[in-house]
Amino acid sequence: MKFSIMVSEGPYTHQASDTAYHFTTAALKAGHEIVRVFFYHDGVNNGTRLSVPPQDDRNICTRWSELAQQHELELILCVAAAQRRGLLDEDEAKRAGKDSNNIAPGFEISGLGQLIDAGIQADRLVVFGD
Amino acid sequence: MASKKFLYVNRKAPHGSIYALESLEVVLIGAAFEQEVTLAFIDDGVYQLLQNQDSSAIGSKNFSPTYRALGDYDVNRIFVERESLELRGLSKEDLMPLTWEDEDDDWAEKDSIHVVSSAELAEIIEQQDVLLNF
Repeated sequence: MKFSIMVSEGPYTHQASDTAYHFTTAALKAGHEIVRVFFYHDGVNNGTRLSVPPQDDRNICTRWSELAQQHELELILCVAAAQRRGLLDEDEAKRAGKDSNNIAPGFEISGLGQLIDAGIQADRLVVFGD
Repeated sequence: MASKKFLYVNRKAPHGSIYALESLEVVLIGAAFEQEVTLAFIDDGVYQLLQNQDSSAIGSKNFSPTYRALGDYDVNRIFVERESLELRGLSKEDLMPLTWEDEDDDWAEKDSIHVVSSAELAEIIEQQDVLLNF
């Protein structure tokens, strides 16, 4: 089956991103296809490479990056949601005149059209929120 | 491109969290994809459609006028749950008039908002392909 995933909450405060990660991992292991993982609302905060969680805890952001690398997974941060919340890639940072960028490897910034397209392409769009 | 039925379920008040505003942003972008779009407003989500909103005292942007543009984007299937309205002492008259122009009916202006029961809404939800909850 083809799944698309939407993550609506940021890391650590809510379990949404953890559960989405576990679902995605399990789906891939079972031979399903993941069309795309789309991060919206505070979910875009999953894509910062600057988070430094305690060493005895899971690193939610790095975990997504590694999964993306292993499975050529598309991790998309909504551009409008990301700009509001200070998530910028190199191009966005330059355009907005900011002195830095903070997108983790494997994540990409793109538009909301990617969410609609994810819903169209997949057999099931599964939303993980609060 | 395959056409699917998209339902956006709005459950939260317009202010207090960003879900209502960011839901509307998805709806407006999604309208360009030529899918069948339906909006549902339940629970505190019914407050999103209230007339005469004024958010100046909390310093948040009043985005409620944007709902009036939905008709221009061919988003005209808007369902509001009757029970949610009644529980909050509201009726359809408290909501913004949202309309669209029917090109198959000499551009007659028609109501986009339909107040339906929870049971009717359940049937509408049942018919959808893609459901996004906000």
